[in-house]
Parts: sequence; structure tokens; C-alpha cells
Amino acid sequence: MSTLAPASYRFSDQFYAGARACIPVCISVAAYGVVWGVLARGAGLSLFEVILMSGLVFAGSAQFVALDLWTATPSSLPIGPLILAALIVNLRYLLLTATLRPLFRPDQQLKGALMMGIVSDETWAMTVGEMSKGRGTIGFLLGGGVLAYCVWMATTVTGHVLGSAIDDPTKYGLDFAFTATFLALLLGMWKGKGDLVPWIVAALVAIVSAKYIEGSWYILIGGIVGSLAGAIAERLRHAH
Amino acid sequence: MLTSPEALLAIFGMALVTFAVKAGGLLLANRLPREGFAASWLRHIPGAVLASLVAPALVTGSAAEVIAAAVTGLVFVVSRNLFAAMASGVLAVFLARLVL
Repeated sequence: MSTLAPASYRFSDQFYAGARACIPVCISVAAYGVVWGVLARGAGLSLFEVILMSGLVFAGSAQFVALDLWTATPSSLPIGPLILAALIVNLRYLLLTATLRPLFRPDQQLKGALMMGIVSDETWAMTVGEMSKGRGTIGFLLGGGVLAYCVWMATTVTGHVLGSAIDDPTKYGLDFAFTATFLALLLGMWKGKGDLVPWIVAALVAIVSAKYIEGSWYILIGGIVGSLAGAIAERLRHAH
Repeated sequence: MLTSPEALLAIFGMALVTFAVKAGGLLLANRLPREGFAASWLRHIPGAVLASLVAPALVTGSAAEVIAAAVTGLVFVVSRNLFAAMASGVLAVFLARLVL
């Protein structure tokens, strides 16, 4: 009757495992961080504003969209549209963090909700990949999250300081790091034919949405329709 | 000048709505039943979201991206190593863009 958890489930071990596992995705975070920092300087954000936005908002795509709206003169800053844009661009997180529920016991709701601030697309994807293999813990999520947060802060500041020295990550193929990582993560999640329906439906719906609807709605639309298709297919199979 | 009150307001507002959406997803999920249709729906979200993230980039990309995606997939299936797959994908797109 030992109350000790198995060694591999110790929080610190899981934290380091999460950070280590997230190194590949943090490379693409770093590439985008530098680009965002460079563009932010161009859009007129001060170094302090870069630190504040990366540190508090911590959402790459929302920060990119904000640069389109940002003005160097404070009196013309569109505060309402900036906040609304952040809300719309980040709506997909409703789907992402919902899938992290199994990590938290029912009595850990508040703790879990507070931790969600550090979730990003990349570390979410790594954590659900781990969960699909029957692993994945709060420590793993936090390890990857803290690493990604530090990398984002460091690289956006670096971009702002470097200015125009690095302007084009496509030159080195770094823009493909995001797609490559998420493609590999998706393949790693394959559990059998039950995944075929949700994945194909999601892909097709996302392709059509991306073509006709501006912005990042395609992630939300494809994610909702595809996962519902998967659930319906599952129910139909069990009905027979 | 470090920043303006307007910029502070905008950044704090953006931070607040971003956190609300992230925390909201988890809290809403906690109100859904843990078995049956809702649970099965939640279980399918990760794959569907990843497929939605990847698919448009591949069909709108040039031949270089399609080749690189094939290389990425192949390396991952053979090695089961995420970093190797990502690195070969980046290298493949870099080389393919030079050649094509």
C-alpha cells in the first residue's frame, strides 16, 4: 500500500517530458515569434508594448491580426476592433481546451481554468497527441506551455530588437515547420478506421471554408463539423 | 515613451477575451456529459481540428509544399519521430523551392 505515484508520473518528470517533447513545435513558435517581433516594430509597437502583448495575450494568430489594425498614434488606435478581432481569432480555443478535460478531476475545475491561459495551438496539439496514447498529464501540458511561453517572449523581443535583419522566414522554408509538425501530429493520432470519417469531413469542410471565408474560421468550422461527423458515424456503427 | 493608455487598454482587453475563451472551453466541456454522444464528439475534436489546420495549407500550396508534405508524412510513418519529420519537411520545402 504505497501512496507514492509511479516515478514516471512525478510532476517534475512530466514537466520536463512535456518541455522536451515540445522542442520541435517550439522551433516553429520561435520562427513566427521573430517574424511577429519584426512586423510589430514596423507597425509602431514599442518594445514595452511587445513584451506586454506577448506576455499577456500570448496568442500568435491574434497578435498577427492586431498588427493589421494597430496605429502608431494612440488617439487613432481602434481599441474595440482590436479586442473583437482577438475574440474572433481565438474562438477556436473553445474547441481546443474542451478536449483537455480528461487531464483534470471534476474538483480541479478552477485550477484547470486558470492553467488554460498558457495553452497554445502547438502545446495543445502535443498534449492531446500524448493523451491519445493513454498518457498526458497536467505536468506535461505545463512543461510544454512554459517552454513555448518563454520561447515566444524571447523571440518576439528578439525580432523587435533585430528590426529588419530577418524579414523573410520563407527563404529558409521555416514557414512550413507549422504545417509539417501538425501533419506529423495528426498521423501520430491515427487509431483506426473510426478516424477516417471525422478527418476527411474536417479536411474537406476546412478546404471549402478557407476558400470562401476570410480569416481563420476554417479551423473552427472544420473542427466542429468533422468531430460531429465522427460522433454521428460512431453512433450509427453502434446502432447496428 | 513606453506606452499609451489606449494601447494598455487594447492589450488588456485582448488578453482578457483570449483568456476567457481558453478557460471557457474547459469549463463548458465540464458541463457536457462524460459519456454518450457529447463525449464521443469531444473525443473526435483533436483529429478534426488538426486535419482542418493542415488540409487548406496543402491544397492551396505549390508543388513544393505537396512534395514536402509527402516527405514529412513518410519520414514520420517510418521513424515515428516528430522532430525528424518536421526537419525533413522544412529541408524538403527549402530544396524543392530552389529546384522548382
